[in-house]
Amino acid sequence: MAEALLALAGVNTHIGQYHILQGVDFEVPRAGLTMLLGRNGAGKTTTLRTVMGLWQASAGAIRYDGAEITRRTTPERARLGIAYVPENMGIFAGLTVRENLLLAARSGPPDDRRLEWIFRLFPAMQRFWHAHAGNLSGGQKQMLAIARAIVEPRRLLLVDEPTKGLAPSIIANMIDAFRELKRTETTLLVVEQNFHFARSVGDTVAVMDCGRIVHAGRMADLAADDALQQQLLGLSLQAHQ
Amino acid sequence: MSHGSALPAQRFDWLPLALIPAIALAALPFIPSLPTWVTLTVAGLAMGMMIFMMAAGLTLVFGLMDIMNFAHGVFISVGAYAATSVLLAMKASMQADSLAANLAAIVPAVLAAMALAGFLGWFFERVVIRPVYGDHLKQILVTMGGLIVVEQLIHVVWGPDIIPLPRPATITGSFIVGGAAIERYRVLAVLVGLAVFAAMWLILNRTRLGLLIRAGVENREMVESLGYRIRTLFVGVFIAGSALAGLGGVMWALYQESVNAQIGMQMMVVLFIVLIIGGLGSVGGCFVGALLVGLMANYTGYLAPKLALGSNILLMVLVLLWRPRGLFPVGRG
Amino acid sequence: MFTTLLSGDFPRSRVLAVVLVAILAGLVLAPFVFPGTRSLNVAAKVAVFVLLVASYDLLLGYTGIVSFAHTMFFGIGGYGVGIAMAKLGAGWGNLALGSALALALSAALATAIGLLSLRVRAIFFAMITLAVASFFQILASQLSGFTGGEDGITYKLPELLLPGTKLVETPFLGVELSGRLANYYLVVFAALACFLALLRVVNSPFGRVLLSIRENEFRSEALGYRTVTYRTAANCIGALGATLAGVLYAIWLRYTGPDTTLSFNIMIDILLMVVIGGMGTLYGAAVGATIFVIAQNYLQDLMALASAAAKGVPLLPGLLHPDRWLLWLGVLFIVCVYYFPTGIVGRLREK
Ligand SMILES: Nc1ncnc2c1ncn2[C@@H]1O[C@H](COP(=O)(O)OP(=O)(O)OP(=O)(O)O)[C@@H](O)[C@H]1O
Ligand SMILES: [Mg+2]
Repeated sequence: MAEALLALAGVNTHIGQYHILQGVDFEVPRAGLTMLLGRNGAGKTTTLRTVMGLWQASAGAIRYDGAEITRRTTPERARLGIAYVPENMGIFAGLTVRENLLLAARSGPPDDRRLEWIFRLFPAMQRFWHAHAGNLSGGQKQMLAIARAIVEPRRLLLVDEPTKGLAPSIIANMIDAFRELKRTETTLLVVEQNFHFARSVGDTVAVMDCGRIVHAGRMADLAADDALQQQLLGLSLQAHQ
Repeated sequence: MSHGSALPAQRFDWLPLALIPAIALAALPFIPSLPTWVTLTVAGLAMGMMIFMMAAGLTLVFGLMDIMNFAHGVFISVGAYAATSVLLAMKASMQADSLAANLAAIVPAVLAAMALAGFLGWFFERVVIRPVYGDHLKQILVTMGGLIVVEQLIHVVWGPDIIPLPRPATITGSFIVGGAAIERYRVLAVLVGLAVFAAMWLILNRTRLGLLIRAGVENREMVESLGYRIRTLFVGVFIAGSALAGLGGVMWALYQESVNAQIGMQMMVVLFIVLIIGGLGSVGGCFVGALLVGLMANYTGYLAPKLALGSNILLMVLVLLWRPRGLFPVGRG
Repeated sequence: MFTTLLSGDFPRSRVLAVVLVAILAGLVLAPFVFPGTRSLNVAAKVAVFVLLVASYDLLLGYTGIVSFAHTMFFGIGGYGVGIAMAKLGAGWGNLALGSALALALSAALATAIGLLSLRVRAIFFAMITLAVASFFQILASQLSGFTGGEDGITYKLPELLLPGTKLVETPFLGVELSGRLANYYLVVFAALACFLALLRVVNSPFGRVLLSIRENEFRSEALGYRTVTYRTAANCIGALGATLAGVLYAIWLRYTGPDTTLSFNIMIDILLMVVIGGMGTLYGAAVGATIFVIAQNYLQDLMALASAAAKGVPLLPGLLHPDRWLLWLGVLFIVCVYYFPTGIVGRLREK
């Protein structure tokens, strides 16, 4: 098997005086979608932020594409091909949809083929092209945030809770969009609370609790094993019906 | 491609802008004659433009990096002193009644002022401010310390006394429009201020650099996550803002026809009032705030000279009661 | 007994304890040990500034807010006494009335400023206080009918406190027991009492809440503390401390003017004293104020000597000119903020 695209080994992260990640080990295989599950406060967001370099790991190593990136700055990591969609989406509310996307395209304005592909994934982006992002609905903001991350081809996409606060019908759209994304070269690491969504798009899965990985394996195995689900996610699903 | 928009574009908030004519009109009944009012209004606008130049960098740096530089005033005084040195050295060409000769003195003076202020800004950012990012308390203290030190150094280099600085011949004097005497220099100040504002507006709204700055003001982390080094951007903005303050310092010194080491500190108070009125971090708010403060200072300065600064504090309190975060609050995402 | 007096807040360092005892002894014995006019002035100023700086440390060190209005409150105290003495006459009642009005005005202003600006953020508060303080400075210089404008006001005090008054006919230990001495001890002991009161405040549960807000505002808010209320209260107490210091200074000098109270230079001095002495401990304020006031009065003499010695070297005489002493203190200040954020006292306690 080829080496994983992203590998965390014994990663520890402190936020102020709090010791949040306490030795996180897991791998994200190439060209697939890895789900990161866990109950509230387990440290999922912190893990993504540590991978992106927004928190510095205090110990352990993060390897990406065969090289260690633990000490790299956030912009450097971005330029290595990692894109991040934060939990609060981080869109620029005062900029238009167009400006949001233009800014994310580092090597010049995106070509029409790419844009059309994005518009097919998220038609709202086309309709509200010149609208201020702050005026979009919650779901549209989520779409913009994802569109911004893929406006140029990226190697690794970190997405934090893409279905948070979305209506069921929109979640169905999201599932389609993620299936489409999986057909590209992009590798995805997605944090989720919604098990239905996770089961629909995940290939591999890692489950966190209290700042550690407590289970890792194939999504299909977890989906088939009711007892394991109960044991790991009985907690995880409490907050999310 | 055409992309219809079903959402309303974000409404521009015109109300604060209307305050400018409102203040001007409100002052009209108190001023005995229309020509006086015109003179005062031009003076107020000129003063506002100069204040805007001095304040613009301060508000942008705050918006971008969440840093309030209490020593911003030293860029003003250093700019003013640098220009004074150049202008006094070129006295002959200053006094000549020819535009070309005057410009030959003014252009190098302005360049020297902006260069020195910009250099000082670069030094300040690296040495004084960088170690205390993210710590507001230390920022205030350390920049205050920087202010003290630079002010003292100015004393050492240029001496403690006020230096008189006559204006070049072609921009002294005034002309009469409809009975109102209008000083040439004030018109020049308004024009320079408008040019600076227009340039800033174009850069912010029409260039990729401006896009980055606007995005950075909203959400620093996200700009970094998109692969841009906000540090580089920030250093650039800091230097540009300092240079602009230096330019404002030159204009102000020529307006006052003298320089002293305290102008930096004295202007700081006014700049803070402007920033608070406009909304911390907002360039547009800074522009409106500066004009309001300039007008207010001139009208009250005429009616009751003792109350000029007081009236601006009053204005600030009123604005805060109306909008607690200033006229154009800048949200952080 | 000591525990009650110091509210359980001990120096926790032998050197610091010695220094503090030396300061106290110096202040109490000054009239007998250093009887000159200049040294007695220095000693009284030390006493007043210890209180002024300690009350500022309540804001900066304990609450984590930077105020530039401390000299304003200092000035309110000074002018309260000054105006009452000059306009109403030099009686004890008027002295008390002036002080009480000054305290009331300070409390009201501090509350208003706190409520208006402490909701937002530390930077905002610093900017607003700077603006309000400069407004006050201008007000004082413009209302010259009351305040004497730039010249300030000179006034008489109650008989007992005037230097011409003889308390006892025979000198004690070779020192004349005059009203000047009574005045001096009034100032020193009142300042000491206020200092101990402040020590009590910072070591009370209230003080601990302030510290926890400074450490982590978000968490304290989550624990249910109304941070704005606490900070405003601290701002108020700090302002009252400064006002009392102003009252005492006005009593000592028998003069109140912009240069002795409202001047922005004094605000800078206060900042320097707090930071150099050590933020977040009132003993730091005591040490910082003492060192600074003594340096202010004697360092300049030293610099004059050095400047004269450096004659001929380019720029150096300018840098060493006695008027440039603030330059060096400014540098020291920046170095302290970076490398010794706990100041002298913090250093001493680490050992
Ligand atoms: N800025 C911060 N300061 C202090 N503690 C923090 C901070 N951010 C997160 N934490 C703590 O770190 C722990 C993990 O948080 P994290 O956001 O990574 O959880 P999560 O798994 O993403 O939870 P959720 O499902 O609710 O998003 C939590 O206990 C949280 O309280
Ligand atoms: Mg999360």
